[in-house]
Amino acid sequence: MREVAVVGVAMIKFGRYPEKTVPELAGQAALLALKDAGMDMKDIELLASGNLYQSNAMVGQRILQTIGQTGIPVINVANACATGSTAFREAYFAVASGAYDTAIAIGSEQMGKMGLLGAGGGGGSDPAYSTEGVLGSGLMPAVFGMAGVEHMRKYGTTAEQFAKVSVKNHKHSMHNPYSQYQTEVGLEDVMNARVVSWPNTLYMCCPTGDGAAAAVLCSMEKARQYTTKPIRVGASVLTSDPWTQRDLTMPDINTLTRNASREAYETAGLGPEDIDLIELHDCFATAELLHYENLGICGEGEAGRMIDEGATYVGGKIPVNASGGLLSKGHPLGATGVANVCEVVWHLRGEAGNRQVEGAKVGLAHVIGLGSACTIQILEKV
Amino acid sequence: MPEATAPAPGKKPIVPFLALPSDPGEKPYLTGSRCTNCGASYLGTRMACSKCFSTEAMEPVKLSDRGELHVFSIVHQSAPGVPTPYVAAIVDLPEGVSVRCNIAGVGADPKDLKFGMPVQMVTEAIRKDRDGNDVIAFSFKPV
Repeated sequence: MREVAVVGVAMIKFGRYPEKTVPELAGQAALLALKDAGMDMKDIELLASGNLYQSNAMVGQRILQTIGQTGIPVINVANACATGSTAFREAYFAVASGAYDTAIAIGSEQMGKMGLLGAGGGGGSDPAYSTEGVLGSGLMPAVFGMAGVEHMRKYGTTAEQFAKVSVKNHKHSMHNPYSQYQTEVGLEDVMNARVVSWPNTLYMCCPTGDGAAAAVLCSMEKARQYTTKPIRVGASVLTSDPWTQRDLTMPDINTLTRNASREAYETAGLGPEDIDLIELHDCFATAELLHYENLGICGEGEAGRMIDEGATYVGGKIPVNASGGLLSKGHPLGATGVANVCEVVWHLRGEAGNRQVEGAKVGLAHVIGLGSACTIQILEKV
Repeated sequence: MPEATAPAPGKKPIVPFLALPSDPGEKPYLTGSRCTNCGASYLGTRMACSKCFSTEAMEPVKLSDRGELHVFSIVHQSAPGVPTPYVAAIVDLPEGVSVRCNIAGVGADPKDLKFGMPVQMVTEAIRKDRDGNDVIAFSFKPV
């Protein structure tokens, strides 16, 4: 495997674009990323396109029909919330393998106001057999609510500590022009907001929305032809859920993240102490605290104390979700994993504006898709 | 109208792993399977063991109707048509199997729930299906 660099990134502001098509949203991000890389479509040898809700509709090819039909191989990827990050990894391996010198990963999604993910699922053709609300809940707010409650049970973590994640990420979003919401909320606002699935209140759940992001990858040896600030991909890891005691009933979001982080740190030759900033999958506020421990930035049971101490604010010991996180920035599923890479790259280049993590040299982007898939990319300033 | 040859409406379980014995003296129970190689246990039937990958035949297990509350969430917003609030939970059974279920007979309030509290399975007819069968569901309630 050879070294790979990210040489161009872009995203569009996440939000709601009912008047646009998915290829239009994705094409916008792709053209901006190509411009950032100093390339155009004829320089690109492979496209990995991540989109979940149109995964049977050749989104990658339709993007090229919008911005340039060069006849290159197109891989359409669907992997739940890890769709975009899996597309990034496909582009990475295409270049790392030596088969291609350049590739672009484009993540896109148009969710509109579709409401709760997976709502009404199950039951086959006769809704009388639908189990939602009868045999517990398979909807994401409850799944991540229970994951947080499990942490409460093990370590005594409180609903207030989980709520503090929302306060932090909303505060961070104030400095991110790409964020779907840029609204500061206080701890009381979060705690008193209506409950979606306890302990997660409204502000502790990410919104649905539309968006797109793109990243241009290139072999390190050619990267300097295009940029003075190449960002090395130190590791690009994908795991699925291994057998654990309750996983088939209660999705275990921890073990596959721990497996991914272990492999990522080994591959990059780094440890959690070397990471300067993290974009992690805060689909719900409860998830963020669990991942502090899963990614090894604190010890077992210490995540609650970490948020109490403010260690994960920009300016703290290890800033987490400087972008505002999924809670504020938004979570158009297919776009999320590529947008995380954009954010980390901007910090490593020193281009993150008022939310810049000063002196950042190494960043980590983490995504988890339920069902389950986990990706971790470690990115390094060269 | 059902066809003339259709069987008379009866009781049908909401999921295949809920057994409804025809003998009225026998209570409904959950079914599982145990790997004969490593002992890992599962709800329902399986093709192979996902823990040890054994493809030897799984041993059918009649699961206990009592267990312990592992974790829960109070659901206040759900899919259209699903009444809220309710308590969604994971219950651990002594056979090493976990079950996703509602907790019945308690308030939809975290104060009413205790980790590890003993619970017992109950069943009830919740809906009629298109063929007129009673759909039987289970939940767990504090003992």
